[in-house]
Amino acid sequence: MEKWPNNRAWLLVLPVFVIVAFSAIIPLMTVINYSVQDIFGPNQAIFVGFEWFREMLADKRLHDALWRQFLFSGLVLVIEMPLGILIALAMPKKGWGVSLCLVTIALPLLIPWNTIGTIWIIFTRPDIGLFGAGMNSLLGIPFDHTARPLDAWITVMLMEVWHWTPLVALLAYAGLRAIPEAYYQAARIDGASAWSTFLYIQLPKMRGVLTIAFLLRFMDSFLIYAEPFVLTGGGPGNSTTFLSLYLVKIALLQFDLGPGGAFSLIYFVIVLLFSFIFYQALERIGKGDKV
Amino acid sequence: MARIELNEVAHSYLPKPVKDSDYALKRIHNVWEDGAACALLGPSGCGKTTLLNIVSGLLIPSKGRVLYDGKEVTALPPEKRNIAQVFQFPVLYDTMSVYNNLAFPLRNRGIHEKAVRERVLEIADILDLTDFLKKRAAGLAADAKQKISLGRGLVRSDVAAILFDEPLTVIDPQLKWHLRRKLKEIHEKLKLTFIYVTHDQVEALTFADQVAVMFEGEIVQIGSPQELFENPEHRFVGYFIGSPGMNFLECTLEGNRAHVNGTEILLDETTAEKSRNKKGNLALGIRPMYLGVHPNPGGDRVKADIRMVEDQGNYRIVTLKLGKHTLKASLSEERPIPEKEAWLSFPTEWTRLFADGWLIK
Repeated sequence: MEKWPNNRAWLLVLPVFVIVAFSAIIPLMTVINYSVQDIFGPNQAIFVGFEWFREMLADKRLHDALWRQFLFSGLVLVIEMPLGILIALAMPKKGWGVSLCLVTIALPLLIPWNTIGTIWIIFTRPDIGLFGAGMNSLLGIPFDHTARPLDAWITVMLMEVWHWTPLVALLAYAGLRAIPEAYYQAARIDGASAWSTFLYIQLPKMRGVLTIAFLLRFMDSFLIYAEPFVLTGGGPGNSTTFLSLYLVKIALLQFDLGPGGAFSLIYFVIVLLFSFIFYQALERIGKGDKV
Repeated sequence: MARIELNEVAHSYLPKPVKDSDYALKRIHNVWEDGAACALLGPSGCGKTTLLNIVSGLLIPSKGRVLYDGKEVTALPPEKRNIAQVFQFPVLYDTMSVYNNLAFPLRNRGIHEKAVRERVLEIADILDLTDFLKKRAAGLAADAKQKISLGRGLVRSDVAAILFDEPLTVIDPQLKWHLRRKLKEIHEKLKLTFIYVTHDQVEALTFADQVAVMFEGEIVQIGSPQELFENPEHRFVGYFIGSPGMNFLECTLEGNRAHVNGTEILLDETTAEKSRNKKGNLALGIRPMYLGVHPNPGGDRVKADIRMVEDQGNYRIVTLKLGKHTLKASLSEERPIPEKEAWLSFPTEWTRLFADGWLIK
């Protein structure tokens, strides 16, 4: 059967194109536009080529923020992925406990992000916070996230783990529930230990959802802004100044739109590149003919 | 290898079963001899899988005992029972190679790697899987996958029985036939006890020497395919086995004649004799292939209207109306079929009587 090209069909693509244009393409073009100009005022700008990129790539503070960011995202993944899986494995499989667990676990996900920062400020305050004051006066361990970088990191990590491990747990739980009962029965008949069952049935069957969880957690933690902004403001010193905090400082507080634009693009490329690498790597684990 | 005995087994999924209908399995008392190829045949929801899971130990029955070679195993978990089970869908360890899949049950039992290798190669050879051994199991076709599931059972030399839970459901028709033959071949070679659950009568009747027909949580009849066909002990067996199933006509008895709303059908003397003392609802049953269809009256023939003729290739199925009853007859293609009306004969040797569903004998 011959097919006639119907060019009117393009009209149907138009709404999506418009939405994407306003939500992604135009902002991105604006950023690219900024990144290659030195902007003095509304109508004063000169073309500087890749000058801002060279400057940002050589910026010591950006390097520091980048390593801090990698350390943060690395820790997030190393802690949240296993913990989330563990929680999912420990959750009840049927009965009223399921709903109770799901709702309880999902609670942190429902709280606005800057509220989470506020909750944790109060929770960890060294003078009146349950955690901070408890550490100081009850356990005698000095704790002050406003003064000591390590304490600030511990606080931010605790908050992040508390906030986002539920997402990993929920995804892992969904993955676990989707495994047909026959797999477990076969494993029992084959005499598999609980560890083998986890390694050869549960983990491979959860690969899809865990890939999603991994990528989401990588991207979100790499882009984290609101919670540390509220909680530590990037301090003490620059000890919790992650990439996005530093970017905002340059672009919005100092109003350096050119360097800010260049920074944004570098940031964007890093996230894209790592997400791509991780996705490819995780897909490769699952496929392939040979073992 | 083992003789598997079910002693007064009943099972309910409810914590406190009270009524008869609370039980998924009502009362199963049955023995499968060592090395037999048996089928459990029945419609969906009749308790076949429950029964199979009780044999394998995935379920512990609410009542009764399970014995392997006279030894009680009722409370033993499946890994302690030396049983293998092949499920409806191929169950594989996706990330492992075919070789490792087959080796898995042996390795879990701490068998020496050299012995594992020997056994895996031997079984792979029987199942024609040798070429795939290095491949990843996840990438194979459904029939190869199902053979791997079966192989994981076969590798264990001490396996008492292999249980199949509708193993050919996901296999293409062409390969189904091939795989069924392979199963039969393996059974003859290894002389293992095979218990095969299915709702497909063709599968059951071609695979097994002995078929148990299940209905609403009970085994209603056990026998060879021929026995089930010729002498169904329960209406359900008559209806479920054979295509189309047995014809049933509600009737009353007078002497050696059955009254089916107005018409009389002559019965065999001995059957009539035995039926005389039976209480309950009587029904007369006859297989479509034994029902005589004639163009003219004569003898004890009864008149019926022809409603439909379906051509099935080398035979035809005639749908007839006798009073309010609908009957089916299957006739070979060369037999002439009258157009509107026909006279039916009920050969006494093939006409059965059922009281409350059960055969009178």
